[in-house]
Amino acid sequence: MTAAALSVNGARKAFGGLVAVNDVSFEVREGELLGLIGPNGSGKTTMLNLISGALKPDAGEIVLFGTRISRMPAHEIARQGVARTFQLVRMLPAMDAEHNVIAGAVFGHQRLWGEQAREAAHELLALVGLRGREHVPVAAMTYIDQKRVELARALASNPRVLLLDEWLAGLNPSELNIGIQLIEQLSNQGRTIIMVEHVMDAIRSLCGRCVVMNSGRKIKEGDVDEVLSDPEVIEAYLGDDDDA
Amino acid sequence: MTRLSPSEIWTGIAGAVAVAAAATLPLFDQGYYLSLALNMVMYAALCTAWTLFSGPTHYVSLATAAFFGLGTYAVGLGLDYVPFGALVLIGGVVAAILAGLVGAATLRISGVYFVIFTFGLAELVRQIVSYTQIKLSTKMGLYVFTDFTEKHIYWMLLALTAVIFLTGWLINRSRLGFAMQIIGNDETVARHSGIDTAKLKIILFMISGAFIGMAGAILAPRYAYIEPPAAFNPMISFLVVIMALLGGTRRLWGPLVGVIPFSLVMEFVSARLPNDTSIVIGIAFLVIVYVLPDGITGRLEQLWARLKKTRAEPQPVPVEERA
Repeated sequence: MTAAALSVNGARKAFGGLVAVNDVSFEVREGELLGLIGPNGSGKTTMLNLISGALKPDAGEIVLFGTRISRMPAHEIARQGVARTFQLVRMLPAMDAEHNVIAGAVFGHQRLWGEQAREAAHELLALVGLRGREHVPVAAMTYIDQKRVELARALASNPRVLLLDEWLAGLNPSELNIGIQLIEQLSNQGRTIIMVEHVMDAIRSLCGRCVVMNSGRKIKEGDVDEVLSDPEVIEAYLGDDDDA
Repeated sequence: MTRLSPSEIWTGIAGAVAVAAAATLPLFDQGYYLSLALNMVMYAALCTAWTLFSGPTHYVSLATAAFFGLGTYAVGLGLDYVPFGALVLIGGVVAAILAGLVGAATLRISGVYFVIFTFGLAELVRQIVSYTQIKLSTKMGLYVFTDFTEKHIYWMLLALTAVIFLTGWLINRSRLGFAMQIIGNDETVARHSGIDTAKLKIILFMISGAFIGMAGAILAPRYAYIEPPAAFNPMISFLVVIMALLGGTRRLWGPLVGVIPFSLVMEFVSARLPNDTSIVIGIAFLVIVYVLPDGITGRLEQLWARLKKTRAEPQPVPVEERA
């Protein structure tokens, strides 16, 4: 059994009276692709925000390869090796694809500069399927291409843990296939990934293990097929109490 | 990012030639035109220094008068004891320290509060200086007697402006400059990419403040007698913002494009309408913000981009063919 890359122990976050994440604990092993699923409003994105430092947990701790990161500011967590994409794609709109990706390479876990950063950016753009489009302004790109750029930017820091927040959302069926293959490829290369996702086909085909959240709590964790056929999980998705 | 491109080399040569040409001005005239040129170089230095910080961050600082006044006072207080050159550096350091403190306290808050805070700060520093001066001495001001004439001050300011441009260019080529570009695009992305946004903004504010303080120090001998209302004149802060915005803050040389015409206009206005200067400045400010939000250079770039686009895409493809 490989060591834990990231472990979340008793994380809690409340916004006023609403407890968005309530005493959640789980682990991701090195090289694992972990799915984080649950109905809308169950606290998945808040959980990613806690890991990446966009939000500070009220209680509990988050440990990355033995280093406690839960009290660090977001930029320090990025330097420790956590990279993320955003639920609504976030571009550096005034720049081209190349510079969007270089931005990830220069300041994060792997601090490249000059030609090295440029080469890394070109390699990653090729990996995500944007070879030859390095100098296209991202503002002129389609949604899926912007998502590819964002993924390349996250990878450019050579992260130890990659967080994908509904990276497959909003893609049409053929794009979805490409997206799934891309994530699979990253996983096969040994990347440690936590993906928040609503696309169940993707979770089934990509993840070995997943964590299910509902109303801020972890309700299930384990093998994907087992978890997805669990009555409590089905209830959470189909029941009428999930509109929080 | 590392090597010099041909366009950078040509810009550098053009800049050096322009500075050299400007430096010859006192050889032709030492009266009205030198005085006018001195005003222009002063605002060129101040606006470019201001834009180093406010351009990429979009934080509008009205603390220019505070940094400027501190530089002026460094010279006023120290002239009998310390060489002038050292006082210019001290003025810069003192202004940078103030900028660091202000930055640490305010750069986490949003833009509007920053504007108000920096404006209040400049007034506060002025009041503190006035109060201290009245308590500790009987005079309201300080005499600054030097052998410098306007041409010396002009040359020193010109050199400072060149240094500010060089610094700005070096910053743009550095990680700091790239980080500021990213922050200007999306601060959330910047943070999650590993950029310590608060720290970098403070560093940049300190660099900007230091240059403004140095400009104030260099200009102290021009005033001969300095007192708080003149050294910490809020009009300096406003004029710097107006001229920089008029020129445009996206490029290093943008503010310069605003400084030259506006200095001429101000010269005309203050000669013809001495009592209505504030009204003219106020109207100019509104007009600039509404008509030229990206400044002259920003507007020119937009027009240029549109021109290139219409040339590049001659015929739109009909919808049926695309489908």
